[in-house]
Amino acid sequence: MVETTSYRSNIMICAGTGCVANGSLKLKDALAIELIRRGLQNEVKIVLTGCNGFCAKGPVIVVYPEDIFYQQVKAEDVPHLVEEHFIKGRPVQKFLYTPPARTEAIPVMSEIPFFKHQVLRALRNRSLIDAEKIEEYIARDGYLAAGKALTEMTPEQIVTEMKSSGLRGRGGAGFLSGLKWELCARVPGEIKYILCNGDEGDPGAFMDRSIMEADPHSVLEGMIIAAKAIGAHYGYIYVRAEYPLAVSRLQLAIDQAMEQGLLGKDILGSGFDLDIEIYQGAGAFVCGEETALMASIEGKRGMPRAKPPFPAVKGLWQRPSVLNNVETFANVPPIILNGAEWFAGIGSEKSKGTKVFALSGALNNIGLVEVPMGIPLRTIIQDIGGGIKGNRKYKAVQLGGPSGGCIPESLLDTPVDYENINKTGAIMGSGGMVVMDETTCMPAMAKFFLEFTEDESCGKCVPCRVGNKTLLNILERITNGEGREGDIELLETLSLQVKESSLCGLGQTSPNPVLTTIRYFRDEYEAHIKEHRCPARVCTPLVKFVVDQEKCKMCGLCFKACPAGAIVWEKKKPAYIDPEKCTKCKSCIKACRFWSID
Amino acid sequence: MSQEPAAGVTETPNEGVDLRDMSIKPEMYRKIDRIIEKYRSRPGSLIPVLQQAQEVCGYLPDKVQRYIAAGLKISPSVVFGVATFYSFFTLVPRGKHVIRVCLGTACYVNRSEEIVDKLKEKLGIQVGEITKDGKYSIEAVRCLGACGLAPVVVVGQDTYGAVAATKVMDIVNKYE
Repeated sequence: MVETTSYRSNIMICAGTGCVANGSLKLKDALAIELIRRGLQNEVKIVLTGCNGFCAKGPVIVVYPEDIFYQQVKAEDVPHLVEEHFIKGRPVQKFLYTPPARTEAIPVMSEIPFFKHQVLRALRNRSLIDAEKIEEYIARDGYLAAGKALTEMTPEQIVTEMKSSGLRGRGGAGFLSGLKWELCARVPGEIKYILCNGDEGDPGAFMDRSIMEADPHSVLEGMIIAAKAIGAHYGYIYVRAEYPLAVSRLQLAIDQAMEQGLLGKDILGSGFDLDIEIYQGAGAFVCGEETALMASIEGKRGMPRAKPPFPAVKGLWQRPSVLNNVETFANVPPIILNGAEWFAGIGSEKSKGTKVFALSGALNNIGLVEVPMGIPLRTIIQDIGGGIKGNRKYKAVQLGGPSGGCIPESLLDTPVDYENINKTGAIMGSGGMVVMDETTCMPAMAKFFLEFTEDESCGKCVPCRVGNKTLLNILERITNGEGREGDIELLETLSLQVKESSLCGLGQTSPNPVLTTIRYFRDEYEAHIKEHRCPARVCTPLVKFVVDQEKCKMCGLCFKACPAGAIVWEKKKPAYIDPEKCTKCKSCIKACRFWSID
Repeated sequence: MSQEPAAGVTETPNEGVDLRDMSIKPEMYRKIDRIIEKYRSRPGSLIPVLQQAQEVCGYLPDKVQRYIAAGLKISPSVVFGVATFYSFFTLVPRGKHVIRVCLGTACYVNRSEEIVDKLKEKLGIQVGEITKDGKYSIEAVRCLGACGLAPVVVVGQDTYGAVAATKVMDIVNKYE
């Protein structure tokens, strides 16, 4: 830890986007005032850190050296917290975390199931450093690997180390990073570019945002090492416009690194030069595709082009370029420092190391987690994620966002690595894991993703532009109750055609949600088409808004929830919905715990 | 490149002139001149120029796009092509307070669509439109990366998490 010597305690306050929205900056101010009021300002230090990961419980703080985890602490709670913890010396029960289905709180962070199963490599500095201070990054062995790469290693040695580590691109496709570097290193050329993809466009994914905000120097260091390997002296970090905090933290990190001689001319006296610039995206999902991203940096419409030539040969401005994802770069420094064997020591046969996932949706514990490759999906969802919220049943998890697919309960024991996830029809993707419970309608979910990809298709190639639109039209009619016999088969055929004939990754993967929902939830499609029924009661045109008199438990929850006064109910009598008054808002369906409303 | 504001801007308002264009003041063109000056010699600078011009004007009407095209010595069609490709750019004015509702996956499964419906109903506008008094506009956005807070609504610079459709107007009404 940094500077702990002069302080007896360190309070690490999460200043990630989630916690800031929940008031962590106000909390920091209140703590600072209270510590001064109590005369503790020289004994207890406040540090603003990047994302802690346990976003749902924000604002979260961790107190070192005791490793006590507090959640949902509000500014007004501060006097009590300081009194109890820092004066009386006992953890404050009220703010400790209690796992679902348990009554006893767990005070120590590393013992909480959400954290216990995690292995931190890309997120190695999580909750430990202030993202805005380069000294703290350096104190945690920061820039040591860059120093080693620049002064002790040849480009060939770096490439060899990377190749034998088995690190694969964390952006989704999973191409061996070392091999990518080697291809580019072999291409002769005075001018080459090293590019970082921070255009995290997958809805439900926020790993890269978190790394850029919490540990920007780890990205820069990874880029320095890669630049040396391929012989690039100029780099861009492409960050999406929706991430203003990431942009400002990265810019600050670049400025600090320049000041310390870790970027710019003659880095660390090695004679190697590298300048890095941030390029802000302007909101286009397709720019996550490498050739589209490069077109965007060139100031053009971000449209992909056919490959080959590959970017390693002709990339940005027609020069040899390497593009890696944020998380990939964050993984590089420890590999150089600890060696390929260390890195490959965990993971599965073909997928080494760890992967960061963004857990969201219908889980108890939402947030950011880093786990070893090969861990069963069930462990992530049940143990780390704490299972499904509110007594509902698990239905599926969507991996890889709109390019990925869903995985049903029967496949929950699938080890999470590139090969095994691909077998299910989903993809690893960049790491978004959105968990859905029984209240999600799968055809409607597929429609949601198609709306996204249809909207984000750049329009260059016909299969993607027209094919996705057609898929969407079919899904719209199914969810509107106008599905036709043969629609499922039509969806399947067309999906395969779009996948096979599209120009870039967007179209090649956009039918995945359709194909996987049909593969695992065909009965739901059939219910929509043949029985004009939406089993999850999501598709309004297919909901009858009739109370099943047999199933009704006469509890009156729907009566209380109805904003239109359309429900007739008395104690000990089943409810009845007046169709004249019903506005079809579905408040009753959400309120009913017994699926009694059809 | 002409250092004068584009034609029509200094004219007195009359019924024939599009009011939206009248919102672009001469001093805004001066600022755009400085932005163009800074980037003109750098290749691929159209996107940052448009981003900064939009910060100055609030949006990118036709006249501003043409002005930038002339300044960067590129065709207006190239500028229009880029301005319409990226969702960050808007060709129509935005409200004083932009209400952005996240429709990313995590927010979607937490029913953020109902928030959009409620806003449309209460404000009487569609997504991408502006209220008559110019106070609010609604935008649907793709994942703000705050999935832990789903469903998320952002008003101006302020992020609100776990927003219920029934409560969203309480948030909006705080912004005058």
